[in-house]
Amino acid sequence: MSLFTDPRWAEALGHLPDYLGNHVRVSVTALALGLLVSLPLAILSRHRPVMRGALLGLASIVQTVPGLALLALFYPLLLALAALSLSWFGFGFSAFGFLPAVLALALYSMLPVLRNTITGLQGVEPAILEAAQGVGMTPRQSLFTVELPLALPVMMAGIRTAAVWVIGTATLSTPIGQTSLGNYIFAGLQTQNWVFVLFGCLAAAVLALLVDQLLALIESGLRNRSRLRATLGGVGIAALVAATLVPTMMRAQTSYIVGAKTFTEQYVLSALIAQRLKAAGLAASSREGLGSNVIFEALASNDIDVYVDYSGTLWLNQFHRNDIRPRQELLAELKTVLAKQNITLLGELGFENAYALVMPRKRAEQLGIRTIADLASRAASMSIAGDYEFFSRPEWTALRKTYGLSFRAQRQMQPDFMYAAVASGEVDVIAGYTSDGLIAKYDLVTLGDVRRAIPPYDAMVLLAPKRANDEALRKALAPLLGKIDIATMREANLRAAGNDATSSPDAVAQWLWEKIGKK
Amino acid sequence: MPTTPLIAYAHVGKTFDAGRVVAVDDVSLEVAEGEFLAIVGGSGSGKTTLLRLANRLIEADSGSITVEGEEVRNVDTILLRRRIGYVFQSGGLFPHLTVADNIGITPKLLGTAPAEISARVDELLDLVRLDRAQYRDRLPHELSGGQRQRVGVARALAARPRIVLMDEPFGALDPLTRDALGDDFRELHKNLGLTTVMITHDMMEAILLADRIAVMRGGRLLAQGTPAELSTSGDAYVGELLRTPRRQAERLGALLPRDGAA
Repeated sequence: MSLFTDPRWAEALGHLPDYLGNHVRVSVTALALGLLVSLPLAILSRHRPVMRGALLGLASIVQTVPGLALLALFYPLLLALAALSLSWFGFGFSAFGFLPAVLALALYSMLPVLRNTITGLQGVEPAILEAAQGVGMTPRQSLFTVELPLALPVMMAGIRTAAVWVIGTATLSTPIGQTSLGNYIFAGLQTQNWVFVLFGCLAAAVLALLVDQLLALIESGLRNRSRLRATLGGVGIAALVAATLVPTMMRAQTSYIVGAKTFTEQYVLSALIAQRLKAAGLAASSREGLGSNVIFEALASNDIDVYVDYSGTLWLNQFHRNDIRPRQELLAELKTVLAKQNITLLGELGFENAYALVMPRKRAEQLGIRTIADLASRAASMSIAGDYEFFSRPEWTALRKTYGLSFRAQRQMQPDFMYAAVASGEVDVIAGYTSDGLIAKYDLVTLGDVRRAIPPYDAMVLLAPKRANDEALRKALAPLLGKIDIATMREANLRAAGNDATSSPDAVAQWLWEKIGKK
Repeated sequence: MPTTPLIAYAHVGKTFDAGRVVAVDDVSLEVAEGEFLAIVGGSGSGKTTLLRLANRLIEADSGSITVEGEEVRNVDTILLRRRIGYVFQSGGLFPHLTVADNIGITPKLLGTAPAEISARVDELLDLVRLDRAQYRDRLPHELSGGQRQRVGVARALAARPRIVLMDEPFGALDPLTRDALGDDFRELHKNLGLTTVMITHDMMEAILLADRIAVMRGGRLLAQGTPAELSTSGDAYVGELLRTPRRQAERLGALLPRDGAA
């Protein structure tokens, strides 16, 4: 199968109207908001050096915050604001997806616009400004007939830079629940679907270039007083904006939204849930690549309807409990705590996806290591790798405390690369996931947690408050509960980690259903 | 001489940098209607500041300035500037506007109808001897220095002001252009009945164009009067300013045969 006949291109193309429309909508709104704020601020500050310095300083600081972090920061901020607004004014708003993405991206767009507008206005020769005064212009007339037209090329360069930045950075709004071209990239990275990654990058690049060229056309039209060019550019931008309305019109209001976090298993499970809903005649769409903390809040505030989480994750992260309880006791307790937030724990799927320390089987046998307790004595000369959150998670603290673990070095890695790294000896131990298919593929072994430092991580289906009494939904998902054992999930994950057409989450979910449906 | 001067400075003072630089120091000066006054002085003499005080591009610290009988402090600055023509040092044309738009700017600000402005622009192009068809739609960077300055003069005259202020208008031009432009403007001044105040550092130019000359140095007005009156001034600097062009003229006379123009 050649690169171009790969059916995943067609699949990627199928998502394009939705992803591209949302991407354009969030980018254009953010850019418009950014301009609406930055341009007047830049104009106001042109004769005020202190304000100018403060503005540029602030905008530069914002720019140093990585895009992903900036987007992620807006989510809890808006969540708090929404709660305040609800208790003070009696109405809340969704802190999920569009709003935080627009605000963060607008903030991100401000530096180039501010800096270039200020630079452009300052670059107007004093003699020209004097002449404007001398012929009897008011400060306002001088601004609009002389200063802004003369500063226009520099200003437009800033606006174009901002547009390209915003369109590029908007791909990072996927984890906070805003559908964008980033959905291709996040999903592709997680499921090793390089066709998706490539498609997402290309689409974002083409969009950025297109908008940049349309803005250039408007600029040259304004500068050369060519109404045709300015109009063409304007019509192009307007057409893009019109295209953004397509996904809004296409989305049925009654559709169930299935959430997925940022790893392969979640993509497969959300595809499985969506397939079951559709099979039951319910409209369903998925919102993938959501951050671990974002997804729970999104469910609690009804922004998504259903997703799969893990008991230990909720226990430690969401409810900040650090006592380790026996499995059934913990599940019962979780059910009560969730019920307080009107979230329904529909049931467990039948497998656990816990953190586990993982080593190559041969090496473990050589060294006589079978449990984490065995590892402790040798850890001082070994290195460990974990995903981006592992080393700041309570499990790591618990492991170190319980077993007295102390490694020579620790590294953070993209989860999918960890297994290859430990198999090749690049690192000695990794903090892997028990349900990961790569454990079998690379002939790795999980070390026993004999002292129970890590809580149980049962995969379980959660329903949003508004779906608490939704019988159709419960009925559609009931056949999944208790049916997926660890071996089946590992195999599904391994299939999904492949790099061909049969490894798309949809295809794997299909396979998974056929397998468990027979049981 | 008419009884009321069109522009009158009385004990005017202006300092910059919180009083550290004295630009204009207790200057009293009157310009009669229809008069062509040249203010002569070196750089830093305060001559440009003095000129700009009249249309409030710079605000005076002390003393009083009246234009057409009104204290300028009490007149709206924008309206004041629109009724006084101002020619800038190197034209001061707006680089993004055509010749016609540059010339028509003040009438446009005053709300004159576009057709009327257009007719006025043509009239002014004739007046400053620029071909209508050829120059109307050009941008300033497509003009020579002399042409730019002609457009600058046309722009200053567009709203039919009675007063024209000129800030070293011909300083950056080559001698031939400068001479032609000076003569042309002198004629406009006479035909249109203007009252003109021109700044220059060149005493020769002042003598050839102006009715009266005011000499400034270090912010102070040293002397004023017709060239003949100035020559009787006891001030050494004024004497030196007047002697230089004469000495140059005499040397030229000696070096160039009288009818030997090539």
